[in-house]
Amino acid sequence: MAPRRILSIWLAAFAIDRWRLTEGCARGQGADAQPLVLITETAHGPRIAATNNAARASGARIGTMLADARTLCPSIQAVPGDPAGDLDMLEKLAVWARRWGPWSALDPCDGLLVDVTAVAHLFGGETKLLADVHRAFDTRGFAIRAAIAPTAGAAWALTHYGPDRSILAPDHDMEARLSDLPVAALRLDDDVLTVLRRLGLKRLGELGTVGRDALHRRFRNRKSPAANPLVRMDQLLGRVPEPLLPVVPQHVPLVQRRLMEPIRHRTLLDTVLGDLAADMVRELEGAGQGARRLDLGLWRVDGEVVMRTLELAAATRDAGHIVRLFGEKLGDIDAGFGIELVRLRASWAEPLPANQADIEAAAERHGTSLSAFVDRLTIRLGSKAVRRPVLKGSHLPERSQAWRPPLDPESPSQDELRFHARPLKLLDRAEKIAVLYATPDGLPQRFRWRGDVHEIARVEGPERIAPEWWRERGTARLRDYYRIEDDAGRRYWIYRYGIAGDGRGGAPEWFLQGLCA
Amino acid sequence: MIHDAFDTAADLTTATHAQRWAPGLGAVAQSEIFASSREGSGVGAALALALDAWRCRPREEGEEAEDRRAVVWVQTRAAVKAGGRPFRAGLPPEIRNRLIHVLAEKDEDALFALEEAVRCRDVAFVIGEVVGSPRALDFTASRRLTLAAEKHGVPLTLVRLDGTRDLSSARQRWAVNAAPSARPKWNRAAPGAPAWQAELFRARSHPPGTWRLSEDGGRLLATPLPVRGEDTQAGSRSDLAGVGEGRSILSDAAAPSPSFASSFGASVAILSADGERVLG
Repeated sequence: MAPRRILSIWLAAFAIDRWRLTEGCARGQGADAQPLVLITETAHGPRIAATNNAARASGARIGTMLADARTLCPSIQAVPGDPAGDLDMLEKLAVWARRWGPWSALDPCDGLLVDVTAVAHLFGGETKLLADVHRAFDTRGFAIRAAIAPTAGAAWALTHYGPDRSILAPDHDMEARLSDLPVAALRLDDDVLTVLRRLGLKRLGELGTVGRDALHRRFRNRKSPAANPLVRMDQLLGRVPEPLLPVVPQHVPLVQRRLMEPIRHRTLLDTVLGDLAADMVRELEGAGQGARRLDLGLWRVDGEVVMRTLELAAATRDAGHIVRLFGEKLGDIDAGFGIELVRLRASWAEPLPANQADIEAAAERHGTSLSAFVDRLTIRLGSKAVRRPVLKGSHLPERSQAWRPPLDPESPSQDELRFHARPLKLLDRAEKIAVLYATPDGLPQRFRWRGDVHEIARVEGPERIAPEWWRERGTARLRDYYRIEDDAGRRYWIYRYGIAGDGRGGAPEWFLQGLCA
Repeated sequence: MIHDAFDTAADLTTATHAQRWAPGLGAVAQSEIFASSREGSGVGAALALALDAWRCRPREEGEEAEDRRAVVWVQTRAAVKAGGRPFRAGLPPEIRNRLIHVLAEKDEDALFALEEAVRCRDVAFVIGEVVGSPRALDFTASRRLTLAAEKHGVPLTLVRLDGTRDLSSARQRWAVNAAPSARPKWNRAAPGAPAWQAELFRARSHPPGTWRLSEDGGRLLATPLPVRGEDTQAGSRSDLAGVGEGRSILSDAAAPSPSFASSFGASVAILSADGERVLG
């Protein structure tokens, strides 16, 4: 296996370069010739986020307040920075940088990491590869520094603090080569750097002189790599792996129809929707995906936009199903003077391998699938209407089950105890009943529920369920559950709330909570 | 007219048509169960009957040994208010982890959900619960449900809480009340396994009758009870009378044609043992 090679690219003046490109002026020309800074607004006023060469020459530094910089150079220009736009551009550059390797990762906020393991020979060696990187970024107007090393940490350190275009070969002694770099090359937080400076550790080589145990003890509470120099050092030397998150370009399937004549009628809209759904299915099929969420946008002539969103219980690629579900949602659309553009977008898609289509109209004979059934009910009745009971960790009956979407995987749970006989149905709210019983804790003999008196013929209980003291108030009382059958054979589940003399209220009350089969 | 009625009844007493209902005969497309909303016996009996039919269904070639398909339970909001929601710990163990509960705000939505459910191939059986006799559940809607269930082979049991026995195309119609349970083996004072008194008052291929249904170790037991107003030795006659009741859908309605109703009443009067109408 070829040794690991990581290419690190540092866009040294990324924010200024991007501003210059949007302004359309060359480096040091036009607006860039004057001192100019990019600022961010903070609680204490504007602070400098990036400077151009002229501003740096006149004394402006990154991180100082704009007011302080203005005292040094009154003619300084201030432009608001755009960190979100920078990150967006960096993502695009990361995808673009995959021309040099199979995957690339972001190194916020101004760097890229590309895996160039075993690909350098395609460019004629690593030196030529670095030259190609420089040429390509120069053409796009970005000033960069780049380096290749066996680990991402070493490549990053060399890019930021080593000589430009440095290459650390796999057979080099990494520790010796990197020992002259400052400790800031370890990608540490500012407060950790301050600690190291106060300890007198300025170079990477000096970290080894202190002794590993001493450093480990000093930073034993710091778990995050950016706060622990030992972890960073190990990552730099490749002793521990450093996972990187590659950038994967996402393709959102989108189909649209620009209509020559604005449409105002539902039948025409249904036709267009059918065409769009067929296009979308073809698009999804090519990508091997199925839609989970679909956004339908209707652009009206008078500038209004109507959006309808559809969520599906399982990934689907069935045009008829999509059309039927959207059909339920298009009933109340106000077309106004007409709709001129219809767009369908699958904003959430999941992998769905191609499978054999139903042959010989099997669907007609066998009926719909469960996910299609759930989708149709959800569209008409709402997402809260179709659910299934799952167990929840509680002994209180009304809290012991939760309602989840029907196709969600069920989480593992402990089985119910077999000797607990539970009712088939539970009332949403336990209903208060009047009970004749021998106080304080005798068996119930007769009760009145919804206006009828029931003579209790058989009874089993009590089953005592204590209140959940960690959750409920201190005045919550215990419950004694009884399973009863009246003289007509009707079976119920009732409980006495509290017990006489428990000091948590007056006489106990009785409730009917469940109906047994 | 009277002569015709006798002939048809005689035809139907042959073994193919007048077989008495018994557990294990398999599912029918749609059955209705009338019960009071003040007890859980309606759904209890519905689940027991549906599970019994599901266990005894004929196996197709190449079918999986274990049927893991979902069970759909549709309730209207009124039914939830009257009788509560399913409680997982109290459900029969076979369906505990494959129950899908549908809560419909209106009766129309419940009918829609029921029809979608019986058209779904991944559903083992469907239980519906509606309160009273809603306007939406007329004969057309009932027939529509029956045809859909028949076409796709998914049995539907509709529980009608506090309903009146109006016109319906259900293949079996039951009226269910709670019955005193058998005494458990260990604690004689405790309620035992659930039992119901179930009256089959209209069925397409069975004579009516009354049974005491109970569940025992995952099996449905049915003990025939004497029909109200007659003794057991008149059982065969009650069969004959019941067939006439059972095959005429119209007899459930409020007498659409006077001549028909009178002939029907006459036939029953002749057949009953002690001179009064047996059923109806």
